[in-house]
Amino acid sequence: MLGTRWQPWLEMQSEMTRLRDEMDRVFGRWSHRRAPFLGQAAFPLLNVWEDDNHYFVEAELPGMEMEDLEIFVNGSQLTIKGERKEPAGEPGTWHRRERLYGKFTRIFELPHVVDADQVSAELKQGVLTVSLPKQPESRPRKIEVRAN
Amino acid sequence: MSEISKVKNPSDVATVERTEQVLTFTPRFDIWENDDELILYGDLPGVSAENLEIRFEEKQLSIHGRVDARQGGVQYLYAEYGVGDFFRTFAIGEAMDASKIAAELKNGVLTVHLPKSEAVKPKRIEVRQA
Repeated sequence: MLGTRWQPWLEMQSEMTRLRDEMDRVFGRWSHRRAPFLGQAAFPLLNVWEDDNHYFVEAELPGMEMEDLEIFVNGSQLTIKGERKEPAGEPGTWHRRERLYGKFTRIFELPHVVDADQVSAELKQGVLTVSLPKQPESRPRKIEVRAN
Repeated sequence: MSEISKVKNPSDVATVERTEQVLTFTPRFDIWENDDELILYGDLPGVSAENLEIRFEEKQLSIHGRVDARQGGVQYLYAEYGVGDFFRTFAIGEAMDASKIAAELKNGVLTVHLPKSEAVKPKRIEVRQA
């Protein structure tokens, strides 16, 4: 009977999680910095924008170096992988632990295929910006309108 | 009209004001203590040393990191976080040696060392063999 038991509490929990994720998605822009990491579905959070020739993906990764990160592009899929290491433990007491540590992987689906060979990334003051050039077919084309 | 009269003398304006609406966020911090000092580690992504102001007065440590808009007026395809200033204040209970407070900023992480003043440092009592 494995897996067929009705577990209303678990169902309710997952419903609550879904609802909270939905709320975070809608209001995350304003509230996420107050939300504890445990409730956060994805890390790092991303902002994505475009110009005519590129998509740009930005993430806040304070304390990380480029060599702590792996960035892959496969078709239209961007993967950001890394590990944020804890400061070495010395004798003492932690009064507050709000910052996030550990391994993470974030996969993001871009609207279109990009030119994987030309992708570049920059990490500055803990902010990662990935520039992904669009393939020629996904760039906007100007349509010439001729007057007869 | 009242707005105009308020700022008619430009020298009244003490600080550089920014015209756009700025969001302020509470940065995440870790606080660690040993016998000699308190160390604060804070995540301040996008803040440069010249845009960071740290003050310690009346047992309050305040940290204000200014973050200028990184993409001017861009329309996000997908937005999961807001970009804005970071501000946080900590009440520091124990007596600190204010003159020795030191801070460094590296890759968007702030480290503040707050050395304890000699008076509050735990003292090891030597026990003599009688």
